[in-house]
Amino acid sequence: MTGNTNKNTGSHPFIELKDLSKHFGDFVAVDTVNLQIGRGELFSILGASGCGKTTLLRMMAGFETPTSGRIFIDGVDVTDQAPYQRPVNMMFQSYAIFPHMTVEKNVAYGLEKDRVSKGEIKTRVSEILELVQLTRFSKRKPNQLSGGERQRVALARALVKRPKVLLLDEPLAALDKKLREHTQFELMNIQDELGITFVVVTHDQEEAMILSSRIAVMEKGRFEQVGTPKEVYEYPDNRFVADFIGTINMFEGTVETAGDGSISVASDEAGAPLTGLTDRIMENGVKVCIAVRPEKIFISQHEPENQEDTCLPGVVEDLGYFGNLSLYRIRLDSGKIVQVSAQNRRRSAERFLEWDDRVFISWPPRSAIVLTE
Amino acid sequence: MNRKTSRFVLSVLAFGYAFLYIPLASVIVYSFNDSRLATVWGGFSTRWYGELLRNEQVLDAAFLSLRIAVTTATFATIFGTMAGMALSRFGGFRGRTLFAGMIISPLVMPEVITGLSLLLLFISLQQLIGWPAHRGFTTITIAHTTFAMAYVTVIIQSRLSGMDQSLEEAAMDLGGRPLRVVFDITLPLIAPAMVAGWLLAFTLSLDDLVIATFVSGPGGSTLPMLIFSKVKLGVTPDINALATLIILFVSISVIVAWYAMRRMQRQTEKNMQTAAK
Repeated sequence: MTGNTNKNTGSHPFIELKDLSKHFGDFVAVDTVNLQIGRGELFSILGASGCGKTTLLRMMAGFETPTSGRIFIDGVDVTDQAPYQRPVNMMFQSYAIFPHMTVEKNVAYGLEKDRVSKGEIKTRVSEILELVQLTRFSKRKPNQLSGGERQRVALARALVKRPKVLLLDEPLAALDKKLREHTQFELMNIQDELGITFVVVTHDQEEAMILSSRIAVMEKGRFEQVGTPKEVYEYPDNRFVADFIGTINMFEGTVETAGDGSISVASDEAGAPLTGLTDRIMENGVKVCIAVRPEKIFISQHEPENQEDTCLPGVVEDLGYFGNLSLYRIRLDSGKIVQVSAQNRRRSAERFLEWDDRVFISWPPRSAIVLTE
Repeated sequence: MNRKTSRFVLSVLAFGYAFLYIPLASVIVYSFNDSRLATVWGGFSTRWYGELLRNEQVLDAAFLSLRIAVTTATFATIFGTMAGMALSRFGGFRGRTLFAGMIISPLVMPEVITGLSLLLLFISLQQLIGWPAHRGFTTITIAHTTFAMAYVTVIIQSRLSGMDQSLEEAAMDLGGRPLRVVFDITLPLIAPAMVAGWLLAFTLSLDDLVIATFVSGPGGSTLPMLIFSKVKLGVTPDINALATLIILFVSISVIVAWYAMRRMQRQTEKNMQTAAK
């Protein structure tokens, strides 16, 4: 449907950022970002602190004016609109609940500013408090609530106006681990039920992986990769994304032979030629990186028979038993440490491997990620 | 050893308190002195209090001082709050440093200079536009507001910088226009600081002698000015009575303020306990 200018088809992106930049003096917080988010998506912006993700979110909410670029929401250019004019609501990292108002008053505030009739305010507030399970706290003041309850007040207050987009700044960072896991699923259910587009900013990759339909990995004001959690984890575009999301073993080397969508890489770190699959056309002598996730690697005391797999000998340097899985740190002959994780499928009193055992680690070529950038 | 130290500490404490409170106590005691001579005890009497209440000069001065203090405190709180908001919520606007410096300067300016410059201002204004026609309530109130406002600004600014700015952003995000947000969110949250600022401005104005002396005219004597001019002619027992009444007034206000603050604190603690349950 390229070239279709009819805005009612729903084929246009719901949120669109065009060449968006923000400079603070000489510091470039957001650097010509382009992004399209579809209606009803739960989109995460993932990055370490200081990468510009919060600035990006605050530009979408209207608290920061972009240095250049435009922001479109549902086909309307909102770049010059004030925060109170945008069809967007935000949930703040500190929750920013008004301490001098009851839960009920906090939630009703946005509707009162919209001059909604008293009766409708009442029904809508009680509906949304029902949804976040806070009905019995409606007359309480914020200082009588726990962290998780405050988080739900903030969520209810932002949702009650039925915004087109809900922006969430580190929504779960202030909660403890157990509550965080529970709330993650609650957030997803609410998003599913209301069909509002969510844009979440987070530094917690696990949170981003579980919650999102798509993730943008951000670094130094730019997007390194935008994709589904699976794409970002299994098919990282570059070294930064591969290293940032989860754990990964990387072997630097040069292409020795290439052809048939498969390359052989000579790597001093590995001590043996590594095989990788790639669609890209590579020339001999090009520097590449072969990356393998710890859970994709097999570990055994005997040399595996399959000749196609990459196989490297090493010694168990360290091991950790986690119950459901074991983590191994294997020192190769080159001195390189490789991390391997293995599921503990069998129940046995004896440990399978011990420190200083001689082992072979192997993986099939399709498990190896070929990175050039 | 321990006992000795504690005796030493106690005597230092006693000396300190004695130094501070014996003069006050003697003022109170001598206010009940029947003798006309301020330093000779002539038996117990409350006649100086009666005389004080019949002395129109004193009553007028006290009433003028109160009117000035209330007006000053109110205007200083309004302007000081506005200045404090400008300094802590409007970012780094052009001329911010200059503005901050000029707002705060009355705090460090010698009172004599402030008083003299304001007097010169009022005189030239009178020559130019005929206002103020005479110096008194209006000129003293303006002068007091200019320096009391500096104190209020500092209090409001420190309260605002301790307040999470995302509260105001959240209100704006929910559809509140900036001015509406000030009344809905900012002012209720800084109300305690505004009350503190008002009380401070009130006290400063009530207390001021130097600036008031400069900018006042004939017939416009505040209470401190009256006391000072009376003492120049010698300490009379009715001054002791007046001082006693002021001490009583101040003590009661302090106790009321302290009690109100303790109640507020208890309420907060109670809320915290409920939250922890």
